[in-house]
Amino acid sequence: MSLKMPPPDEAVLVRRKAVIAALRQIVPGEGVVEDADALRVYESDALTAYRQRPLAAVLPETTEQVCAILRWCHEQGVKVVPRGSGTSLSGGALPLADAVLMGMARFNRILEIDYVDRIAVVQPGVANLAVTRAVEARGFYYAPDPSSQIACSIGGNVAENSGGVHCLKYGLTTNNVLGVEMVMMDGQVVRLGGRSLDPAGQDLLGLVVGSEGLLGVVTEVTVRILPKPQSAKAALIGFPTVESAAECVAEVIGAGIIPAGMEMMDRPAIHAAEAFVNVGYPLDVDALLIVELDGPEAECNHLVDEVEKIALANGAVSCRVSQSEAERLAFWAGRKAAFPAMGRLAPDFYCMDGTIPRRRLPEVLRRMKALSLEHGLEVANVFHAGDGNLHPLILYDVNQEGQLDRAEAFGADILRLCVEVGGVLTGEHGVGVEKRDLMPVMFSEADLAHQQRVKCAFDPQLLLNPGKVFPVLHRCAELGRMHIHAGRLPFPDLPRF
Amino acid sequence: MSTVLSPSTIDELRDAIADAARGEARLEIRGGGSKADIGAPRHATLLDMSGFAGVIDYDPPELVLTVGAGTPLADIQALVAGHDQMLAFEPVDHGSLQGGATGASTIGGVIGAAVAGSRRLSRGSARDHFLGFKAVSGRGEAFVGGAKVVKNVTGYDLPKIFCGSWGRLGALTEVTLKVLPSPREQLTLAIAGLDTDQAIAAMARAMGSQADVAAAAHFPAGEFELDSVTLLRLEGFGPSVAARRAMLETLLTDAGSVRVLGREDAARAWTDLSNLRPLSGAPVLWRINTAPSRAGAILAGLEPLGARWLMDWAGGLIWMAFEGEPSVVRALAEAAGGHAALVRAPEALRRITPALQPQAPAVMALEARVRRAFDPASVFETGRFLDGPHAD
Repeated sequence: MSLKMPPPDEAVLVRRKAVIAALRQIVPGEGVVEDADALRVYESDALTAYRQRPLAAVLPETTEQVCAILRWCHEQGVKVVPRGSGTSLSGGALPLADAVLMGMARFNRILEIDYVDRIAVVQPGVANLAVTRAVEARGFYYAPDPSSQIACSIGGNVAENSGGVHCLKYGLTTNNVLGVEMVMMDGQVVRLGGRSLDPAGQDLLGLVVGSEGLLGVVTEVTVRILPKPQSAKAALIGFPTVESAAECVAEVIGAGIIPAGMEMMDRPAIHAAEAFVNVGYPLDVDALLIVELDGPEAECNHLVDEVEKIALANGAVSCRVSQSEAERLAFWAGRKAAFPAMGRLAPDFYCMDGTIPRRRLPEVLRRMKALSLEHGLEVANVFHAGDGNLHPLILYDVNQEGQLDRAEAFGADILRLCVEVGGVLTGEHGVGVEKRDLMPVMFSEADLAHQQRVKCAFDPQLLLNPGKVFPVLHRCAELGRMHIHAGRLPFPDLPRF
Repeated sequence: MSTVLSPSTIDELRDAIADAARGEARLEIRGGGSKADIGAPRHATLLDMSGFAGVIDYDPPELVLTVGAGTPLADIQALVAGHDQMLAFEPVDHGSLQGGATGASTIGGVIGAAVAGSRRLSRGSARDHFLGFKAVSGRGEAFVGGAKVVKNVTGYDLPKIFCGSWGRLGALTEVTLKVLPSPREQLTLAIAGLDTDQAIAAMARAMGSQADVAAAAHFPAGEFELDSVTLLRLEGFGPSVAARRAMLETLLTDAGSVRVLGREDAARAWTDLSNLRPLSGAPVLWRINTAPSRAGAILAGLEPLGARWLMDWAGGLIWMAFEGEPSVVRALAEAAGGHAALVRAPEALRRITPALQPQAPAVMALEARVRRAFDPASVFETGRFLDGPHAD
């Protein structure tokens, strides 16, 4: 494992007892965790290859406590790593040996639901699915639906700008959040956005969503809720080649249809999923599409016919349309089980998350196959086909010498390939520690410096979640210097004030 | 007469900005100039971005369009319409709002001012469709933010902070936008004679239904027709629009008689709203953002003082012609949890009234620090927003 985290600050490590005592002054009782065994649950998030025991964990319950903790840590130069439910796939909540881990699980209340303005005000520790559960009796739901939605928290969704299978039509977290209350590292509380659609000034909220816990700790979130569509139907379509499936996707969109979800699986993924859940996926195809349409029943019926026509015109060898809600869910069961299904094929799998321009898909899959041979590891692919977000699943065995390193090297090659064809390193899982060192593949030094200066505007001492997202930790003073190049001056007449 | 710089290459642009930074000069980034009369008068050197115009990449099935930031909005709308696609946030040309001609607005200006029209209610704003950019910051350095694919969370979401930044962070040279298929059919339902509260309630019920209403607006009596009229726009495929129309007619029977506006009347109504024709003669124009449920309180406070208004976004946006005290407008907006921007006003008023509603000091200080991160020498601080380069 090649990942290097910032070296722990010895001066903080030796003050561990004093740090814990200070935290206990702010959060009483079981809200401060120092016991080695009890700290084990915080050692990693869902990127389990990386583990680190934190200095201590603190579980505040109020915004005032969050303020006091951050203010104290800021004054004392102690780092803080925020954590929601710990479902990050990129190591966003990976602790540091010299940092306090701030768990937000106790912020678990839904504060307000307003059906006239169609918003819910919730605390960040509320689970994503719990928002939908709270409003579904009135026919509403919260649209972003990451696959971990039973467990993942709204605060974590804000940090990661989480998506889900329906985000081509309904957007990511950033498109569904109206406002946050946030505590900055120095203990100041700011409210960004609110209950209206547009921000009053600069869109700081848009900057905070997806900032991976580096800019502040969110203590309250206002989200939009939507009326649940009247009906949903899914079509399960098999294609003899990836090319024909990709062409079908392009033509569906070309016909003006934005499906609620459009997922593709390649042959290895189809076989693994079918073996796992037995829902009747066709096994003699190279690509399987699940296309879901939602809306009024008349719309679903009309569009599912259109999609079927387009699929058959593009050489589909099988097409089943769900005849009941149970059948629709069965179509999805295989796709949703794709990750655990991999557990049957290999002891471990490593899930990647690049996005590519859809038109490059056949080429990317071909080249990925070549990389698979080169690295000696199998790969299966599931793909949010509508928006080009690719999830290659690399199969390996951590107990076999060198396989984890090879899996990571293969993964890095896949992400380089995504960037090379015009895509990005991560479509929805975040950079975290996992893709941190690949950032220069996508961004120049100047690009990264412009992002890091944003960090400096929020947290100039770099105390909040350091070691994530950016490959090199530049001090803010160093980043702030202006290096004006002494070139030729084409505008010598520029007036000065 | 202001000096105008018209760079046409990234190198020229970098030199212009770096030179200004070194010389403590001020630059105002200018697209088509359609929003030049928003904000306080100022004397900055104009940085004309029209040299960065043209289509760079457009592949309709990818739903992604990359163009030069100086490309006229009208050209882009014509281009995508040719492929049955649209900018779903329905940006409006500000020319007519400021009492001038249309056609000058550029996409860079649309992004800079976060402009969106009636469909913003259901499909999001410019920010929600702005995927990536190339720019030169106040440091005179070229850099990129975001990317050219529709789904991306790599690094900070810099397009969000550039959208609505009014050219105070850097000069956009290239922008990548998400485009969407145009609706095959549109249909507008109208309910006549509702008072303000009834209209807001009817729009809320429609928005809370499964009818997937694309836009919802309200004209008070005399502004479009003799009676007040509440509009609900449906968009999509024929069978779907028909089904949703039936849904709304049933849902709103108790609100009044629901009728379908003829094609021409509907087009006229939405155009009147986007260019604010009924308020065109008013010297002072406010744009008030609020939660819909609180719009009534704002109107109840201003109507008795002679304000005239139109309502969009199901009540979440109020266009207000009002010549009274700005502090009254801002206090009512704030009490409702919203905010009011001064969009059109005589120079004397703009000289003393900030165009954007002042916010909590901690937020304004944070905004200023973010601006200094991109523009340490305050090259783009022209005084237009009356908040100074260092709000703290």
